[in-house]
Amino acid sequence: MEGPQAVLLQGNEAVARGALYAGMSFFAGYPITPSTEIAELLSGLLPEEGGVFIQMEDEIASLGACLGASLAGAKAMTATSGPGFSLMQELIGFGSGAEIPVVIVDVMRLGPSTGVPTSPSQGDVMQARWGTHGDHPIIALTADSVAECFEMTVRAFNFSELYRVPVILLIDEIIGHLREKVTLPAAGELAVKNRAAPEMPPEWYEPYAGASNGVPPMSALGGGYRHNVTGLLHDKMGLPTSDPEVIRASTDRLFDKMRRGFGDICLTEEYLCDDAETILISYGSPARSAREAVDALRAEGMKAGLLKLKTLWPFPRAALERFAGKAQRMVVCEMNRGQVYRETLRVGRGRWEVGKVLAPYGELFTPEKIARAVRGGGK
Amino acid sequence: MNTLPNRLILQKYLRHNVHFPHIWCPGCGNGIFLGALLRAIERTGYHRDQIVLVGGIGCIGRATSYVDFNTVHTAHGRALPFATGIKAANPALKVIAIMGDGDAVAIGGNHLIHACRRNIDVTALVVNNFNYGMTGGQMSPTTPEGARTPTSPGGSIEEPFHIADLAACAGASFSARATTFHVREMESLIFKALSRDGFSMVEVISSCPAHYGANNGAKTPVEMMRWQKEYSVPVDKAAALSPEERKKMIITGIIAEREVPGWTEKYRATLDGKREK
Ligand code: SF4
Repeated sequence: MEGPQAVLLQGNEAVARGALYAGMSFFAGYPITPSTEIAELLSGLLPEEGGVFIQMEDEIASLGACLGASLAGAKAMTATSGPGFSLMQELIGFGSGAEIPVVIVDVMRLGPSTGVPTSPSQGDVMQARWGTHGDHPIIALTADSVAECFEMTVRAFNFSELYRVPVILLIDEIIGHLREKVTLPAAGELAVKNRAAPEMPPEWYEPYAGASNGVPPMSALGGGYRHNVTGLLHDKMGLPTSDPEVIRASTDRLFDKMRRGFGDICLTEEYLCDDAETILISYGSPARSAREAVDALRAEGMKAGLLKLKTLWPFPRAALERFAGKAQRMVVCEMNRGQVYRETLRVGRGRWEVGKVLAPYGELFTPEKIARAVRGGGK
Repeated sequence: MNTLPNRLILQKYLRHNVHFPHIWCPGCGNGIFLGALLRAIERTGYHRDQIVLVGGIGCIGRATSYVDFNTVHTAHGRALPFATGIKAANPALKVIAIMGDGDAVAIGGNHLIHACRRNIDVTALVVNNFNYGMTGGQMSPTTPEGARTPTSPGGSIEEPFHIADLAACAGASFSARATTFHVREMESLIFKALSRDGFSMVEVISSCPAHYGANNGAKTPVEMMRWQKEYSVPVDKAAALSPEERKKMIITGIIAEREVPGWTEKYRATLDGKREK
């Protein structure tokens, strides 16, 4: 293949291709609508590249196998939807605590429970943040186009490798199944990052002592740096402890390493926001309708803009705070009953009015619906 | 063939300088099992860097953090999914999963039968003490019918699983049963399991004097060992027993052994097939 080529691709397919671009060599999964195309495509492509595709007995096993493969040095991914994502929560906590890079794709469908298998939703935003028990760091990204599915999958791997944290890619069913013409990046066009490996002699290695950026270098199992990995809270050698002082040092570091990365991790895009008095906040497929709504409102003379969230967790607070004292109103457009809406209220602390346009019934957002709500003050 | 005397084998592999004392009760079978495992590993000749010990949650799950290999102490019931990912990602590693009975056949039961069926090249060692020791001795899927535990105060009314037989039915390429009383036999069965491809399992009948014994009339570790001795019968002699008699006995030795390629070998073959095309 010479040079970049335009191809017609589905969002789910772009995720699979983005993962390969990022250097993924291991995929474990369990079939579930509407994410199954990712597994189907990788079952053919991964072996061709010498990687491993394995279908496990359930979603718990899928994430367990991915975490094991990552400990063995592979870049690993699994893909699922709400019901499977619920099952994965247990081991998302393990990955966060034991600092194991892994990418989990959740192509969201309407819930709760089995819900509506092929109706779109963005109902898993809070679950991505708080689904597993205990305080823990997490990164969650999203995408609103096929091209962005590719880009954000590469970023998901980069973040998980750089920060040693599970990264969740939340895609709604519309984007997962959408087909668009895209030009895939050529090799080398997007940065691809790899976890830092220890350089000290093995007897000096402290597997859970943070480097200057708070992230410990990671040695693959079998690489000569024998150590213990555990879901128990542990000291810098990876050995279990219940000493509050040791726990303070090791768990504070988990949050510090993320805090230092906020500027790098929290990705947003602004559209006509500079002079905007009303800012729509949206992500995933609703962001596309919101953008059209902004055009319609501007044509009517309203100073409207769009702040599109590409990162959901850590919540991109700084991107909203830029508008404190400038925009009077934020209107959140999302396919749930107000999960980012509440976060916008929390961050705003009364500094702006917060409205919402919601589509929690598995229906699509039309730009007209958004424009109408914004004109009417936004509920 | 051991290259070191037993005492030095323990010294060689225990993280005695960083992670002791251990949490196990006096008279527990876990230490006997761990000693046998370390001797069997020494006999295989694997370098410790090549060995990955993956454990679940429970008293025996803690074994992983006591020994100086690559060790992964996972979540309850999930040792085998982790072990599967590790082995599939790097087939050069020797992957050993250590689980208890609740770990392996209750919460992890689905993973166990699928690891057997898949024939993934992992050696699973299930230390069966018939109860959940770490949480105080509650009934487990291997608690014998009639046995009393804090959650079966009137005696269990359920049929127990026989783990090594379950593994054999589910497709494991090697499945055996040993006891902590027959420690030489246990060591040699673990060595056999470690020396082959595909999914291999040794179920180790162990004693939990703190709970199972205390609740069921075996007040001392010695009484529990005596029970293991008196109720064990080798697999060839067991054939003559009636089904009712078999139910009461611990049938030791190799339960199933088949020469079938393991998952990693078959996967490698499909990769080579794709390259040739
Ligand atoms: S509770 Fe039972 S199994 Fe656990 S360490 Fe004590 S004796 Fe051993």
